[in-house]
Amino acid sequence: MELQAVLMAAGGGSRMTDLTYNTPKAMLPVGNKPLMWYPLNLLERMGFEEVIVITTKEVQKMMSTDPKMKLDVKMKLDVVCIQEDGDMGTADALRHIQQKIKTDILVVSCDLITDVALHEVVDLFRAHNATLAMLMSKAHEFTETVPGQKGKKKTAEQRDFVGVDQSGKRLLFMANEADLEDGLSIRKSIMRKHPRMHIKTGLVDAHLYCLKKAVVDFLADNKSISSIRGELVPYLVRKQFSKTTNCPKIKDDAEDQNQKKNDGSTNHELLISSRDEPLLQLAQDRSCWNDHRGDMSEAYHGGKLRCYVHIMDEGPCYRVNTLAAYIEANRLAPKLFEEVPVHPSAVISERCQMGSDSYIGAMCQIADKTSIKRSTIGNSTTVKEKVKVANSIIMHGVTIEEGCNIQGSVICSNAVIGRGADLKYCLVGNGQQIEPEAERTNEVIVGADQLMEI
Amino acid sequence: TDVIIESSVGYFTEGPERKDDIVKAKQEGKELTKEEKQRLRKEKKQQKKSKEKKDDKPSRDSEKEKKPASAASPAPQTPTQPPAQKAPSAAPAPVPVPASETPSAADKPAKSKAELKAERRARQEAERASKGKKGDVGPQAAPGKPKAPPSELQPVVKRLPEHVQVDNPEVLKKLAKKLERQQTPEYNAATKIPLRSDYGYKVSLFSHLHQYSRKAPLTQQLGIPSTVIHPAIVRLGLQYSQGIVAGSNARSVALLHAFKQVIRDYTTPPNEELSRDLVNRLKPYISFLNQCRPLSASMGNAIKYIKKEISNIPSQCKEEEAKRKLLNCIDCYINEKIVLAAKAIAKYSIEKISDGDVILVYGCSSLVNHILCEAFEKNRKFRVIVVDSRPRLEGREALRRLVQKGINCTYVLISAVSYILPEVSKVFLGAHALLANGYVMSRVGTSQIALVAKAFNVPVLVCCETYKFCERVQTDSFVSNELDDPDDLIVTRTGTTQLEHWQEVPSLGLLNLVYDVTPPDFVDLVITDLGMIPCTSVPVVLRVKNVDQ
Repeated sequence: MELQAVLMAAGGGSRMTDLTYNTPKAMLPVGNKPLMWYPLNLLERMGFEEVIVITTKEVQKMMSTDPKMKLDVKMKLDVVCIQEDGDMGTADALRHIQQKIKTDILVVSCDLITDVALHEVVDLFRAHNATLAMLMSKAHEFTETVPGQKGKKKTAEQRDFVGVDQSGKRLLFMANEADLEDGLSIRKSIMRKHPRMHIKTGLVDAHLYCLKKAVVDFLADNKSISSIRGELVPYLVRKQFSKTTNCPKIKDDAEDQNQKKNDGSTNHELLISSRDEPLLQLAQDRSCWNDHRGDMSEAYHGGKLRCYVHIMDEGPCYRVNTLAAYIEANRLAPKLFEEVPVHPSAVISERCQMGSDSYIGAMCQIADKTSIKRSTIGNSTTVKEKVKVANSIIMHGVTIEEGCNIQGSVICSNAVIGRGADLKYCLVGNGQQIEPEAERTNEVIVGADQLMEI
Repeated sequence: TDVIIESSVGYFTEGPERKDDIVKAKQEGKELTKEEKQRLRKEKKQQKKSKEKKDDKPSRDSEKEKKPASAASPAPQTPTQPPAQKAPSAAPAPVPVPASETPSAADKPAKSKAELKAERRARQEAERASKGKKGDVGPQAAPGKPKAPPSELQPVVKRLPEHVQVDNPEVLKKLAKKLERQQTPEYNAATKIPLRSDYGYKVSLFSHLHQYSRKAPLTQQLGIPSTVIHPAIVRLGLQYSQGIVAGSNARSVALLHAFKQVIRDYTTPPNEELSRDLVNRLKPYISFLNQCRPLSASMGNAIKYIKKEISNIPSQCKEEEAKRKLLNCIDCYINEKIVLAAKAIAKYSIEKISDGDVILVYGCSSLVNHILCEAFEKNRKFRVIVVDSRPRLEGREALRRLVQKGINCTYVLISAVSYILPEVSKVFLGAHALLANGYVMSRVGTSQIALVAKAFNVPVLVCCETYKFCERVQTDSFVSNELDDPDDLIVTRTGTTQLEHWQEVPSLGLLNLVYDVTPPDFVDLVITDLGMIPCTSVPVVLRVKNVDQ
């Protein structure tokens, strides 16, 4: 087997708590499909047959009852539950499933919606025998108005500084703005080996990583690393140029390993050699290829640890971890996957005006004289007469009474909108009830218990 | 076919004595004459036909395909075929034939029929394997043509091997079907080895060759956790097509390394024999690699060796031991044919390098670099002129390796070779393959250098290990070559890329050839691990190798 897929679906959605305090992030409906359906669909299309899903018990329960997951996902899902309130980072989760990992892994986050040709990332991983290969994409501007946002749009979140070499494939440098208080410093050894570096800031990390099995074993020994994106990836990127990994350790490997076991030291090295290492070395020696020119060193500067990145120029790639991203994804995801606009089981009366880019879920009931434009309506929702819904996302089980006017809003599951209500750019939380004839603009309406969670 | 049977009846009656002679000759290791070989084949066919009447249909069909193949192949009397086919196919084939002949004469119980069938199957596999080996090395170097298709029955004239007929749609269809058939056993017909499509306009002289684009790798059409093809092979194919592993020796070593992984991860399915099943498992991998980049002669020879080793594994051998033996064989092969050969060649070459020499090398040949580094270590005083050419510009890598050692180097492009040649005292060239008629197949530009050197009366020495000797015969660079990605020729200078939209110009074709052949008149000496031989002695070496095998 070449690659094992691991889907991280235990995240809490800390940047969109309004949406996630009742529904786990992995099961948020996007285009009437649960969010985790999208990465699973990507993996399935690429040809994976088994996925290890790391998630919470709640999500597992919801997964087993969701019809979309049962029908559409044909792969075998090996669900591993972890504690929800535990402080388990993604790397901790990998450590948890170390026994299941038999080969190199492909880690995907549940909030990734993209149609990237995965072979681009995996080919980098294979061809260069890389330790890490990841996917990034040019960030898209979010154009939709976000409900509940008061005042001007906040300045961009902490940026990532990504340094790549001339070919744009080799990852040389990665740091977050938060860690660079004193300015960006680059080691001389990197500059000597790669005199031309391109530093990009407008990139979105898709949280899709191909990792060698040796990395998982390394994580098992180094318990201090708890997040893949936050700690492991920068560590690997830095380690490419550290002096110790560049020293040829082929002959002394056996002795070194014994030594380390005896020392019991905590700083375990990442052992990257493979069987038949001398043969591989011979092939590389005899090959007339070099990944750089201008200096006297051999291919890859003799380094065994290599990190590569594939940067997508075009094509959708969204990480649904903020409200703005969620709204954008709802707009675009159904188009990507050619959703049927109206589910066959929905009951729609004849005198309803439906725009072409609206999506109606299963078992909905849409009454007369309603107008639905550019919106997504979830399953089992009831929309009564004379309702105008525009640019909105309505989740499952919502009841909208007559005469309502909903614009640019997000209505979460099981909410009830009283008759004649007028909502503009609002976010209505789970199970909330909007009183009739209410007029709300640009507000976040959530329950009292949620307010306390800050 | 009727005619042939009747005529062979006459042979059959006087068969036993002749056959004894032939068998004796084989056992003594003498060469068979052509007539004896033909007679053997006719007898085999005759026996098959007589057994056919007693046996079931399914085996008959496969036999029939084998028979015409064996009949057709002796018909075209090219010199290259007999040496290759004689040793492997004749050896296993006639020995079971006399043995099974006597039982078939009498009436027997069902058990010996099964034995017969098994023997016949074993023979067919061996023949198929040998034909496959011959096919890999010979003109049919590419999509592993194990048996001649039925259409090649009739004509006596040898047709062009299928793999080079890219402009013939029927041939392409057949190739697609063959790739479909070459699936790994456990997979359904749903997955198959994809066919890589050609890219761009091809110059008409070379329209019979494949031209692929580096930006469209074969992995696009495979599923991501590749289960049909072993991951080591997928990695290798990618490295080939992207040029990360380039150079004849490097490709062979990498290929054998990947085969080692495959053998390690292999488990014999129940009711199958390792010797037969593993060979079948390797076939789709070889097709895949061939699509990524056409196989080189050295790779072909390595594959032939491996397949022979695998089929020679006795059936009572346990799997672990068999695997260990195979891995050992691979290590020995690499050690002998590549590493030690390089040492031997370096030893011979150092005799030819004298102090004060100015040596010209072309491109990046791992063997020539090795020789020069060794000579420098043995304190010979010489300097090197590295000649390079676009688009590969491999000379830069050769330059780096030599300068790193401390050798004095000059670097020119091939357009300046006649300018620099008056300074040169010797030319050392590497080879991709040495053909059976003495021609040297090497990187494109080599024949140019050899020509100019001849004009200046500078000795040209070609360094080549014996495992790169190939039974193919070629006198020009057109009939069999490799076309690289034409987009490599596009270069951006001072911000403008003139050829960016070359596809839109209807009368423009970009040609990126990889190999060319140098006639033996331009080559003064070939330095091999067997010694220093003239170019025309290559067929002798081939014959000696085959007899040894």
